Amino acid sequence: MDLSVINPALLIASLMVASTPILLAALGELICEKSGVLNLGVEGMMITGAICGFAVAVETGSPLLGFLGAALGGAVLALLFAVLTQVLLANQVASGLALTLFGLGISALIGQGYRGVKPPPTGRIDLGPLSDIPVLGRVLFSHDWVVYFGLALVVAIWAFLKFSRAGLVLRAVGESAEAAHALGYKVVRIRIAAILFGGACSGLGGAYLSLIRVPQWTDGMTAGAGWIALAIVVFGSWRPGRVLVGAYLFGGLTVLQLNLQAAQLPVPVEVLSMSPFVLTIVVLVIISARRRGASGAAPAMLGRIFHASS
Amino acid sequence: MTKATPLLLIEGLTKAYPGVVANKDVSFSIGAGKVHALLGENGAGKSTLVKTIYGLVRPDAGSMRLHGEPYAPADPNAARAAGVAMVFQHFSLFDALDVAENIALGMQDPPPRSTLAAKIREVSQTYGLPLDPGRTVGDLSAGERQRVEIIRCLLQAPKLLIMDEPTSVLTPQEVEILFRTLRKLASEGTAILYISHKLEEIRGLCDSATVLRLGEVVDTCTPSEVSARDLAEMMVGQTLITPTRVGGTDGAVVLEVTGLSLPASTNFGTSLKEIGFQVRAGEVLGIGGVAGNGQDELLAVLSGETVTDADTVRMNSQPIGAMGPVERRRLGVLAAPEERLGHAAAPDLSLTENAMLTGAQRRGLTRNGFLNWTKARAFATEIIEAFDVRTPGPGHVARSLSGGNLQKFVIGREILQDPQVLVVNQPTWGVDASAAAAIRQALLDLATKGAAIIVISQDLDELMEISDTFAALNEGRLSSPRPAAGLSVEDIGLMLGGAHDLEVGHGAA
Repeated sequence: MDLSVINPALLIASLMVASTPILLAALGELICEKSGVLNLGVEGMMITGAICGFAVAVETGSPLLGFLGAALGGAVLALLFAVLTQVLLANQVASGLALTLFGLGISALIGQGYRGVKPPPTGRIDLGPLSDIPVLGRVLFSHDWVVYFGLALVVAIWAFLKFSRAGLVLRAVGESAEAAHALGYKVVRIRIAAILFGGACSGLGGAYLSLIRVPQWTDGMTAGAGWIALAIVVFGSWRPGRVLVGAYLFGGLTVLQLNLQAAQLPVPVEVLSMSPFVLTIVVLVIISARRRGASGAAPAMLGRIFHASS
Repeated sequence: MTKATPLLLIEGLTKAYPGVVANKDVSFSIGAGKVHALLGENGAGKSTLVKTIYGLVRPDAGSMRLHGEPYAPADPNAARAAGVAMVFQHFSLFDALDVAENIALGMQDPPPRSTLAAKIREVSQTYGLPLDPGRTVGDLSAGERQRVEIIRCLLQAPKLLIMDEPTSVLTPQEVEILFRTLRKLASEGTAILYISHKLEEIRGLCDSATVLRLGEVVDTCTPSEVSARDLAEMMVGQTLITPTRVGGTDGAVVLEVTGLSLPASTNFGTSLKEIGFQVRAGEVLGIGGVAGNGQDELLAVLSGETVTDADTVRMNSQPIGAMGPVERRRLGVLAAPEERLGHAAAPDLSLTENAMLTGAQRRGLTRNGFLNWTKARAFATEIIEAFDVRTPGPGHVARSLSGGNLQKFVIGREILQDPQVLVVNQPTWGVDASAAAAIRQALLDLATKGAAIIVISQDLDELMEISDTFAALNEGRLSSPRPAAGLSVEDIGLMLGGAHDLEVGHGAA
């Protein structure tokens, strides 16, 4: 065992990269759940986004267009879920699970011609003097734009939910669909919009895996990231800040266990591989169990079907 | 106010749903500054009518005019923009959000939060409705929640305010505050459309009334000029029978409670202090008082949900205080709690299943531990027929019934199990006049058969009508029971711990 191969600066830098896909997916799901919709299809939307983004990027040679394609792909799959649950009033849990299975299948189908292909690289953005700061510059300020986009999205969603009228309406719809309907808000439309946003974010998260983190296409490459994103939303008490903590925690543990594997820690590889999942959930359970305020509780309508009976 | 141009004029409104005509050729008008009552039994079409005015329902035929202009709101936003506001019976507040957020959601174009909070404070003071904008709505009492809705409406300076059964969840003090607010609003020129079951309230508050029955206007009147009984008969369309019975308090003591003291189980509960009383066979004991003074806790002790020392509660001299509800039910002590959905009945179970839940033992609906659904269905059908529960059949879920119908089912389910002791809390809450009379009559008939009955209610008129003895529950203490016959309003006020605490019989008919 040789722990000296682990470089802390590199660890933190790769932590931010490893966390970004989960962070993006979790933020999308957060908005979706705030509107009262439980979409368990995050994994499916992520992997669909991963292959759509990969395919578009390879065909056009532009990673940026790839990410747009990924968001679109995730949103299209989410639209399927939206039609099932909001128009046809299907059960959300069952529809979400089906969406995951469907996403895994269709991504493998689309991805048949893309195995072993290299995607166009996404450059790091140059933050000028910031990137030149010793250690800190390398850790924080020398990433690609998606990492910073994820962080900005945390702040944007926090502000959206706390300060904007649209955010208030979204929370109201998730809190009591009947009351929102009685006040004249378009519950179904708002929910569909939230579901589509969730799908687009999941798609971005998936594309980050296939275009930057790995970067190549393999079947089932999300490997449970969508599920951990779902868990992070719940144990993060539906707050963007805590979701960020959860995502970075999971990303950090993933990177650490990979480093420990490389350092040949005398622990079975399987135990190391599962440790991020276990530890993230344990830590988040402790955080969420500590305080149970009204703001920390689940949206009251989560997973419930709304049918306007005027 | 001139009658020439009414604020709101409704002509020939018709709305049909599959299988029912909710409104049929309904016409009436409201003048500015007037309080107009809309009367009718459950299912008479009042809610559909006001939802039409508020833009939630599109009529099939007919027209509305506001200030003489054609008025056809496409949605509630359009109605609010036209100056129509509505306070709902329920379903319109968000528990997890705070007062200011709730109010902002109901406004077209809310000001920034700090301005809004100041405005809320200002309006709440002007109209005597104290309210803190920063509190979470889920923590508020029923009366305070309603204030949120009213202030939400008032901030938009409505021309027409619709109130759908606003007093059904309020204490008498809160009702008095509400009425002062409404009278002040009317004096400022706002028209109010007021829906209620409580006829005395309507007589005290409203200038005119339109009576609906099965979706049609059957009568109009000036409520202060007719009696509550006349109003009730207009609604029902038949002569009402006042419950009657031969009273009796000379039977043997069936249920006895001595020295019952119980600390509050939650922060919001009331502790019971030194409660003691007896109920005899054939006697109806009425327990009055404002909700939240220990009513729920007392019912829980009597039904067995809360167990106490065995000797605290005795039935036929046998200690039963330590028994749970199942054992007590076997002995014949039955209870119907106030909260219909979730306490008295399981909302998503069918009526048959709900009948099974409490009737399994006394009606022999199980055999060797297996449920006999044929018998349970027959029992549910029997309740539905005997108590005129309006539902397509026993297979429908409890949630689908209107409040009044479910109440009839819940009370009927216990009465048909032939109890020796029956404890009911708010038996006619939210139930229309004829159904309330039927429930009261059924309770009296049960007493005549020799059961001991305890009726806990906020409705003093109801208690005076059916009780043999009366006791008042105030802050967890029970006054000593006195014969109900001959009790004056002043006596009751004193028993309740000071007449200023409770306004007795609105308008004191």
